Amino acid sequence: MKQLKVDAIKDGTVIDHIPGGKAVQVLKILGGGKEATVSIGMNLNSSKLGKKDIVKIENHELSADQVNRIAIIAPTASITIIRNYDVAEKRKVEIPGKIDNITHCPNPNCITNKEDIRTLFDRYRGADDDKTEFMCHYCERIYPADGLKIKVG
Amino acid sequence: MSIGLKNKHIISMRDLDRSDLDLLVETAGAIEEGRIKPDMAGRIAALLFFEPSTRTSFSFDSAMKRMGGETLLMKGTGSTSVQKGESFSDTLRTIERYCDIIVMRHAVEGAARFASEVVGLPVVNAGDGANQHPTQALLDLYSIKKTHGTLEKLKIGLVGDLRFGRTVHSLAQALAPYNPEFYFISPGFLEMPEHIKAELTAGGVKYTELKEVDSVVPELDIMYVTRVQRERFADPEDYERLKGSYIITLDTIKDAKEGMRILHPLPRVDEIAEEVDASPHAYYFEQAENGVYMRQAILSILTGAVK
Ligand SMILES: [Zn+2]
Repeated sequence: MKQLKVDAIKDGTVIDHIPGGKAVQVLKILGGGKEATVSIGMNLNSSKLGKKDIVKIENHELSADQVNRIAIIAPTASITIIRNYDVAEKRKVEIPGKIDNITHCPNPNCITNKEDIRTLFDRYRGADDDKTEFMCHYCERIYPADGLKIKVG
Repeated sequence: MSIGLKNKHIISMRDLDRSDLDLLVETAGAIEEGRIKPDMAGRIAALLFFEPSTRTSFSFDSAMKRMGGETLLMKGTGSTSVQKGESFSDTLRTIERYCDIIVMRHAVEGAARFASEVVGLPVVNAGDGANQHPTQALLDLYSIKKTHGTLEKLKIGLVGDLRFGRTVHSLAQALAPYNPEFYFISPGFLEMPEHIKAELTAGGVKYTELKEVDSVVPELDIMYVTRVQRERFADPEDYERLKGSYIITLDTIKDAKEGMRILHPLPRVDEIAEEVDASPHAYYFEQAENGVYMRQAILSILTGAVK
């Protein structure tokens, strides 16, 4: 099967195993970095995910905070820091305890959608630990992580 | 004696732990019995009812005045500059200069939380859309305490619309620390939301879900009735067929325990037959009166007037 090959990078970060179609969202959630050279491979075949995306960012090593942001939309992602073509470090994605002003609240009647204010979500721990859910700090509604839309800009 | 809540606001039942709840319930009782007489002379509560609610605003108004305090009452958005396009936070920052505590009802969810972050005064949430109405849950707790002398290990039936009724959600959360046994009685599509049930399960609270109230009546210490609204039903025939199951009559409660009490957040429409009002089980009008004592406790604790 023919696959798009994303070239190896000398220095930077490779974000692999992003669920298919979510690469653009991953870039959005990282914010800034507009000066970096980014290559994206989308809908590659993956035995684990079916279809996966891969993002390579040259000359930029993701911070711990950026790594955790990725967890919100791509909890399956694996992150590799590359230095001089070698794997320097592998970082695990951890689901954050808070999402501070990164996503919209899906509730149209939430104050965050009526006034120009920041959004804030806290990790919600119900009885089921396997679910990744967040509760809006304002309207207190509970949403799965992948139900939260990333703010643009 | 020094009295203080860890948070200086009452926004959500989620913020209150068991010691906060006990403090509020005990203070309401002490105020009703005259053991504490909070002096609110010279203090002003702004009652900002962006969404009107006569009962709730009167209850706060009465609570403040019974302690010698005064109120500024705003009903709807018409009497403020909200309509002129002033930002909500500017409105709040201005009004906080006129008063000592803010009580707010708003149709928008999270409005009270936001207000508490904008102003320097204590804020009491008197209802924010479908989200929270903590002072109702607190007066319900106080009512239950009064009728049974304890909040521990009671068998509580919540009847009616358990899906959309924020009152029953808050009450279930409020009672959870007191080892209750719940019976959730509702039509299938109006049952208690999953996340509330999950929270209860995580807290080790037992509950049973039922479609009809009759079989469980002899078990109950408290029957908390809410209205099943016709508008919730897609098929009007379903409403006609089911509504009888959620109307409490003297016949419904004939096998109730002597001490069983019926609570209702009011206003009632037809979900409790008027014939029940004269029964010793009926408690909903006393419950409304208890709301004034609880709101006295809330206002006086948050402003530091209770000494
Ligand atoms: Zn919200």
